[in-house]
Order: sequence, then structure tokens, then C-alpha cells
Amino acid sequence: MKSKFQPDEYGYFGQFGGAYIPELLYPNVKEIEDNYIQIIESDEFQKEYKSLLKDYVGRPSPLYYAKRLSSKYGAHIYLKREDLNHTGAHKVNNTIGQILIAKKLGKTQIIAETGAGQHGVATATVCALMGLNCTVFMGETDIKRQAPNVARMKMLGAKVVPATSGSKTLKDATNEAIRYWIQNPHTFYLIGSVVGPHPHPDMVARLQAVISEEMKWQLKEKTGKENPDTIIACVGGGSNAAGAFYHYMDDEEVELIAVEAAGLGVNSGESAATSQLGEVGIIHGSKTILMQDEYGQIVEPYSISAGLDYPGVGPLHAFLFESGRAKFMNATDKEALTAAYELTKIEGIIPALETAHALAVLPKLVFDKDQVVVINLSGRGDKDLETFIKHLEE
Amino acid sequence: MNSIQNIFQNKDKNILSIYFTSGFPELNDTTKVIQELGAAGVDFIEVGLPYSDPLADGPTIQESSQKALKNGINLDIIFDQLMEIKESNSTPLVLMGYLNQILKYGEDKFCQKLVDCGIDTVILPDLPMVEYENHYQDLFKKYGINNVFLITPLTSEERIRKIDSYTQSFIYMVASSSITGAKGEISQQQIDYFERIKAMNLKSKLIIGFGISDYKTFSKACEYGNGAIIGSAFIKFLEENGVEKSSQFVQSVLDS
Repeated sequence: MKSKFQPDEYGYFGQFGGAYIPELLYPNVKEIEDNYIQIIESDEFQKEYKSLLKDYVGRPSPLYYAKRLSSKYGAHIYLKREDLNHTGAHKVNNTIGQILIAKKLGKTQIIAETGAGQHGVATATVCALMGLNCTVFMGETDIKRQAPNVARMKMLGAKVVPATSGSKTLKDATNEAIRYWIQNPHTFYLIGSVVGPHPHPDMVARLQAVISEEMKWQLKEKTGKENPDTIIACVGGGSNAAGAFYHYMDDEEVELIAVEAAGLGVNSGESAATSQLGEVGIIHGSKTILMQDEYGQIVEPYSISAGLDYPGVGPLHAFLFESGRAKFMNATDKEALTAAYELTKIEGIIPALETAHALAVLPKLVFDKDQVVVINLSGRGDKDLETFIKHLEE
Repeated sequence: MNSIQNIFQNKDKNILSIYFTSGFPELNDTTKVIQELGAAGVDFIEVGLPYSDPLADGPTIQESSQKALKNGINLDIIFDQLMEIKESNSTPLVLMGYLNQILKYGEDKFCQKLVDCGIDTVILPDLPMVEYENHYQDLFKKYGINNVFLITPLTSEERIRKIDSYTQSFIYMVASSSITGAKGEISQQQIDYFERIKAMNLKSKLIIGFGISDYKTFSKACEYGNGAIIGSAFIKFLEENGVEKSSQFVQSVLDS
């Protein structure tokens, strides 16, 4: 039986999803829709994808038993170390997969949007690897707050185009990428999260699913059971959470916790906690939950973390939220910073600001002493050092 | 017969449509612009509903939308403005906006407001054909509203035939694979595309838009379609010259 967490023929998860795109984009999206599953499931793709993930990215990423963190919170806490991937985050799982799809479709010009710059770096990296042209759209605000990643993209040969509309963050970078795609229909839009028109959310989820695929056998080895009791992941658009949840969505016994960025506080007016503040709406070609005003104008989100600073959420996550399958929590800027410092001090791991939001819900949860908890450590914090240092001084 | 079909009854060549952003340059300019354009002989007017994230629009219309939103425009005010001139205005109006605005406003409420304002045609660039077939076709039929579909150089013949069968007003023929914005000229590649569509002998009228800006591009477009739509070039003109001189712009497009 087909899982209810797979999209239907029109790309819907429950009432969420679809492909709300201008006619101008129809042929581009249709080409991917007609081919992506066949390509992903082919032996040729699987062989190359797996081989690159192993030898180039460094997978499988370790599942690390965080002993001191576990003893502090009274549970068995494992960290899925996506931060150890080449380029420093889970994003590369998707870009490796999509670049192979792009090549198969004969595309030579690649475009991408980026928030924190992790997806931009991961895209620039695979473009360098494959010898393809790369243009990355990035909000002007994010270019300032994630300078190391901008430098990395440039060194990798990508052109970084600033998005200057709206709040000049991830949403606006995505708008500019889509506009460029409309005007240059022969480019391949290598989208970085489980957002956008169908089939992009499903394609990206399938490519990130390797995270939970590995978790299953790694947990079996370490605990004797494939299933943990709880999985925690941060959600902006939702790609690392989609990957960490993917093979567990139908196992109702596994508790799924998605953590959104509350910015200065959910009701402060400066937040990105979409599930709490949003209503059904359309953004970037997908019907989902969206932060908007009473006339459907999209509200500018806010978070200290550029990767979570997004007014929507992928349609799969909207469905996980509405159906109650996943529990949605949130963490403020301050809570995330505290959690980042804590992990650094007791485990010697500096997490990305995005990832720190997932860690920040630990003090809010009550655990059984035998509870097995996996936190998806989606990225490393090198790119955020300036922010961390600034707050250390405060 | 709908308001657009009415136009074609008397005239099916050189149809001129002008797009403007409601609430721009000033909040209360919506009615003034409609009056000016109507008096200057525009055949139908596209009333843009400013949106925060207009994906199919270029920088000029994006900026005018931002300005209008800053001016405080919203759908309720727009409908009030359109009600105000319902009796005095005789130029057909077409509303152009993005689907999320309608979703949030309430689909039935939006349609009823259109009916109240005497408007029967909408352009929603992010409403895909499949959603039209699955839902909006029935909704619009209930209120006697026509949806205008866009076609581009990349739209397949099969799809164009389908769009032709759904069309009760006109097909919006996007001049190039592009977002809105004046380009200045029409290329041979575009002419080949216009010729190809013309040769399909569609039942629907064809209005060409995106990249039409002046007498030269308007006349060229009219050789292949029943008329053309000008948007960004008029917005720029409004910004530089003000609403009162709108008729000068229209004259400059109609006469060399």
C-alpha cells in the first residue's frame, strides 16, 4: 500500500502541495516530473549516487552516542552527524543527487537559492565537481551574515547574485531564482529544500532519505532496534527533517519532533515559527502553511538563523503538522545560542545555528531514562562563528 | 456575452490593453488611471492587484506593487474604488493578481465582489491548468467569470488546443520566455513563434503581452495578434509623468 506520506498524482500530501506555477514554467517542471523517479530508481543513478556519497561526501555519516548530553537529560541521545559531511551539512546529499539528474537531462547551467549559504556551497561544490556553470541567488541580508559561505561559493567558481527585494533573505532569494528560471528555461533549478512546485519537494525528500536509511541499520547495530523512540530535527523549509523522518513516517510508534525558529519569540512579530503563525496559502509554487496577513500578502519572517528564516514550510511538513503525525516545537534565538554553547562545551561539537534549534528543545522535553532519541545534527557551526563570538561577548 | 467578447464584436484588430498597478503611484489613483485610460481610447484595462511576491513580474511591476502596498492598498479598498466608478466607467476591466490573494480573501467572496463591480474576467498567472480543471472552472462558472490563460513559446500544441477550448475571452500570448518588463524590440525568433500560433487557426482571440512598450512593438504585435498589452512601460511613464498625462502615453502608442 502506498504511504499516505507520499504525494498523490498531482503532488499533494493531503491538502498541501501541487504545482502552482506560471505557464512559463510548466515545461521545465513537467520535464522533471516525467523523469525524476525513473532516473532516481535506475541502477546507473544509484551506483553513481551511492559511490559519490561514500567516497566524496564521506557517508555513512556516524551515529554518535552523546554520552554527556545523555546523562544531562536522562535519555539515550544519539547525534546523526550530518555536520561531518563534505561541505559541512546535510545539503550535499541533495545536491549530489540533483546534479546527477541534471546531467542525465543534459542540463549545463545550474541555478540555486540559498539562505545560510550551505545549500549554495553544496551546489557550487557539485557544479565544480561536474564542470557545470553555477549561479546562486542569496538575499543581501544573508550575504552579510554568512560571509564565509559567500567566499567559499566564489572560490568554487559560482556566481553569487544578491536578492534585494523584501527582507533580502531566503524567500527573496527563492523568488529571484524562480524569476531567473522563467527567463532562462534551459537552466536546471537545483532547489535546496523540500519546497517549491511538485515534484521538487518529493525529489528532495527522496534524496535526503539516505539519512534515515542509515539511521535504521546504525540504530540496530547500537541498540538492537531499528526504531528510536524520538527523532528531533530543525525545520526551515524542512529538508533535513524530511530526510531524518523519511523511513519512519509510517511507523507511528516513532515520535517525530520538528523544531521551528521562534526568533525573538513566537508572538513577538519577529519569528519564523510558520506552523504556529501561518495559515494555508501558496508560496513558491506550493500550497502549504504560510505566514501571511489578512489579504494574503506574505509576511517577512525573522530568525537569527539564515537557514530557518523562511515564511513557509514544505508541503510534506504542513501535512505532518496538520495530521498530527509530527509534533511541532520551536526555539528562540537565545535558546538556540544557549544550546549551541552547551553542545560545544560538553561534547566538543560546534553545531550550525539552524541545528542548535533542534538541540534547544531538550530542556523542554521530559524523557524516560531508557528513551532512545536521535537528533539530526544537520550542520556544523563554522559559518556562524561571527554570530557566536558576538554573543559570547554580550 | 462577456465584456471582452463585446469588444471583439466591433473590433478585432489593434486592440490596446494597458496594465496598471492599483493604488499606484498614490493610494487613490486607481479610479483616476481608469478614467484617463478609458477616455484616451484604451480598449480594455488590466487592473493589477499588488502582491508581495509577484513571481511572474519583473522589477518595474514589483516595485510599483511594493509602493502600492506601502500606500496601504488592499483588496477591500480596491473593490471600493472599483465600485465607485462602476457607473461612470465603460471600459472593460480585467483583474490580474496572484492566487494566494484570492485564497486568503475567500474564493466565493472574491468572485461575488467581481460580479458586484461588473467585472467578469481575471488573469491569474500562477493558476495552473490542472487546478483550473479540478476546481476553479466550476467556481468561476458559478459567477460567470472567465479565466485568461497564458501561452508561451514553449507551450505545446496539445496544451494550446486545450487552452483554446477553455477560453471565452482571449488567450494571453506571452511574447517571450520571460517575466514582465519592456525589452524594446521584437526578434525574428518571436515572429516565428507568432506565425506558428497564427497558423494554428485558434478560435480564441490572441492578445500579445510581455515586452510590448511603444508604437513600434505594439504595431508589430498587432500584425500577428488581435492586439497587445502594455504594462511595465506604462508604469514607468506614470512614475515619471503622473496620472494626468496618461492620455499622452496612449496617444504615443497609437500614433507614431
